[in-house]
Amino acid sequence: MTASRRFILWTRALQASALAGAVFFSMGASTGNARYTNLNHRLLCTCGCNELLGECNHTSCPMSGPELTELSAGIDAGQNDDEILTSFAIKYGATVLAAPTTKGFDLVAWIAPFAVFLAAILGTILLVRRWSVGSLEAPPTAPASEALREQIRRETDGEGGY
Amino acid sequence: MAALGSLSLLIALALAVYNLLAGAVALRLLATGAKTAISPERLADTARRAGIAGFIAVCSAVFALVWSVFANDFSIAYITEHSNRALPGAYKFSAMWSGQEGSLLLWAWLLATYGFVLRLTHKTDVRLYAYAGTILAAVQVFFLAILNFAAPPFALMRGAVPDDGNGLNPLLQYPEMVIHPPMLYLGYVGFCVPFCFALGALMMRYPGEKWIRITRVWTMVTWMFLTCGIFLGMHWAYAVLGWGGYWGWDPVENASFMPWLTGTAFLHSVMMQEKKGMMKSWNVWLIFTTFLLTMLGTLLTRAGLVSSVHAFAQSSIGTWFVTFMIITLAVCIFTYVLNHSHLKSEHRLESLVCRESSFLFNNLVLLVACFVILWGTLFPILSEYVVGNKVTVGAPWYNTVAIPIGLFLLFLTGVGPMLPWRATSIRSIRRNFVVPVLVLWLTVIVCLAVGVSPWKDGAFSAGNFYALVAFALSAAVMAAILGEFFGGARVISHQTGRNLLSATYLLTRRNTRRYGGYLIHIGVVVIVVGLAGAAFNRNQEQEMALHDKLAIGPYTLECVGFTQDANANYDSEYAMLDVWKGGKRVFQMTPEKRVYLASGQPQTMVAIHSVPEWDLYVVYEGTNPATNQPIIKAFLNPLVSWIWAGVAIIVFGTVIALVPSLSPATASLRVPARAAPVEPVLGGGL
Repeated sequence: MTASRRFILWTRALQASALAGAVFFSMGASTGNARYTNLNHRLLCTCGCNELLGECNHTSCPMSGPELTELSAGIDAGQNDDEILTSFAIKYGATVLAAPTTKGFDLVAWIAPFAVFLAAILGTILLVRRWSVGSLEAPPTAPASEALREQIRRETDGEGGY
Repeated sequence: MAALGSLSLLIALALAVYNLLAGAVALRLLATGAKTAISPERLADTARRAGIAGFIAVCSAVFALVWSVFANDFSIAYITEHSNRALPGAYKFSAMWSGQEGSLLLWAWLLATYGFVLRLTHKTDVRLYAYAGTILAAVQVFFLAILNFAAPPFALMRGAVPDDGNGLNPLLQYPEMVIHPPMLYLGYVGFCVPFCFALGALMMRYPGEKWIRITRVWTMVTWMFLTCGIFLGMHWAYAVLGWGGYWGWDPVENASFMPWLTGTAFLHSVMMQEKKGMMKSWNVWLIFTTFLLTMLGTLLTRAGLVSSVHAFAQSSIGTWFVTFMIITLAVCIFTYVLNHSHLKSEHRLESLVCRESSFLFNNLVLLVACFVILWGTLFPILSEYVVGNKVTVGAPWYNTVAIPIGLFLLFLTGVGPMLPWRATSIRSIRRNFVVPVLVLWLTVIVCLAVGVSPWKDGAFSAGNFYALVAFALSAAVMAAILGEFFGGARVISHQTGRNLLSATYLLTRRNTRRYGGYLIHIGVVVIVVGLAGAAFNRNQEQEMALHDKLAIGPYTLECVGFTQDANANYDSEYAMLDVWKGGKRVFQMTPEKRVYLASGQPQTMVAIHSVPEWDLYVVYEGTNPATNQPIIKAFLNPLVSWIWAGVAIIVFGTVIALVPSLSPATASLRVPARAAPVEPVLGGGL
């Protein structure tokens, strides 16, 4: 198989995967029940139990019942997710939201982990490349170091090292 | 007994101070070669013996506290606050670590025990052990100083001595709580030992590989204890808190998970140093970080920096921990700057795609996961400091950020062991990866066919999608690992004529470290499958009168009675629920609600019926005051038992990895790795 033929095959495979992915993710439509469950898992119960609103399991909890009713009312009134979450944050304080928002300083909470992850991946790739390049220029492993390591292995065999 | 306990702690502190000072002076004299009246070797030995005597003193303090609990000595404030006469014996024992002072005493005791073993085995390498023992003594001084001056466990009650105590926190009156804290602390405290060896080796410019090989057993045992401690805590949360889950991303849970991640990274990267002489500085800093994270975990819960359901013992000792951490970090940095030239590594890779680079990526992902958890734990403080607005960083944030990283780690778990050391060829990739990739796609198809799809109630669900990916990756990783076992066993079977089972046993015995590690990976995969099951949890809540029925999954629960009971420790009421499946009554469950008499606090006792497919988890929530009807909440939690089975496999794998190999792996088993360089090497020309 020629290189150009192989390239075309790979391109086709990628295109098919992308199409399959798009179909996969676009199937199904959100129902009211799913949205209600999703939202009550993005809010905390304010009774002090530290549970998600949809998972508060305290009998006669003074807060979760009224808050769930309020959430249903918001959905029925045609409010979008942001409007509902904002109204809860205004009424009960920002800590009612189970996760930081994606606005202002809160955005840093979301960006930092992925930024660090990407930076670390990039850094590791560069490091591996550098060490690979270095290995081609450098002489093979120094016999002295290998011998030292082997000697240490032998000496510490009795302590569980092998 | 209070006097004996206090005196023992004071003596232990004095001995630790002597151990530290005499040890430091002796090591300095040995390093400089200065002539003195007493030989440095003898001085170092007196320091070591002081450390051993210190262990006996701390044991004496622990004995005094345990004796006082069992003797109901309520003249001691700690006993009054954490025990009562009716408390069952096992829980009286666990009262020792139910409060701040007791848990710090447990920490000091375990540290002294580790120190005792370390000082007894000093002949392995007298000088290195002297360094490690002296550094350990410094840590002991810190904990014993706190116990003597900031959080004394033997402080006496002011005023009249009460007839009875306040009792143990009901949440802690559960069998796991008798073993979970000691396990977790064995893990936390245990990382102090490799830390001391690493710092000591750096101070004396010791050959890098040797301290790693000496501390390997310490590190693995410690890691195993920490793993058990974390999962016992998860099981406790699952069985006691009554919310149907086992991990809530609480700061205290996070605090135990962070050193586990860095410890795991260390266990992997030391192999790079042992086999290739690489990553020497990295390993030293990994173990420094792990130790500091164990301290940070304590700081987070003790200083009240972050709110946590576990932060039962907040006080001002956070300042002590901050000071200690700053001093420790300063010592680590100073020693490293002074001696880092000694850690010059032999960084050479023959290919971009090889076992070495997979170890690098594995370390990277573990550390990024650690950063993510630390970031999420501390972000509320940061937000309050920067914009004056405290926010919640809860499960939705962690699930969004941490799960993809976890899945990537799972992917590396499968890929890493399939890559040979030094270099990988396209042919070997094809040979090693075809089956796992096929298994992956087959699993996706099977999952979709049986209804495990990324949609829930008609909408795309990230949880379901992640679960599908987790199942598929788990199957692929399992195929890869089993392929490693099968491939090796087949070679041995061919060489020796043994059957495959016997050959697998021999293969494992020949290289226990490698195949023990694979078993640990299998355990991790099994745990991931169990965790992924959470995406399909279901629950039903219902008020249930006599003979009312509640259906969940294949089960129907029928209420056949409610009753009450009482003993000296608590009053209880519980429901009796017959469970029907397929028209047959299969068993009865009795979820319970208790009210503990000493504290007046209620506590739920969940009823759990566990089978490999799922857990039927039933909570008696109490009575609805408006209707006076009992409320039952039932959960059907798929695959939860896989999590606990996975932990058992991890422990088994760790024990296997600790057993010395029968003989070095045969050369014939390395044939594929040796053959690789003659084939076109991936990225080798870069």
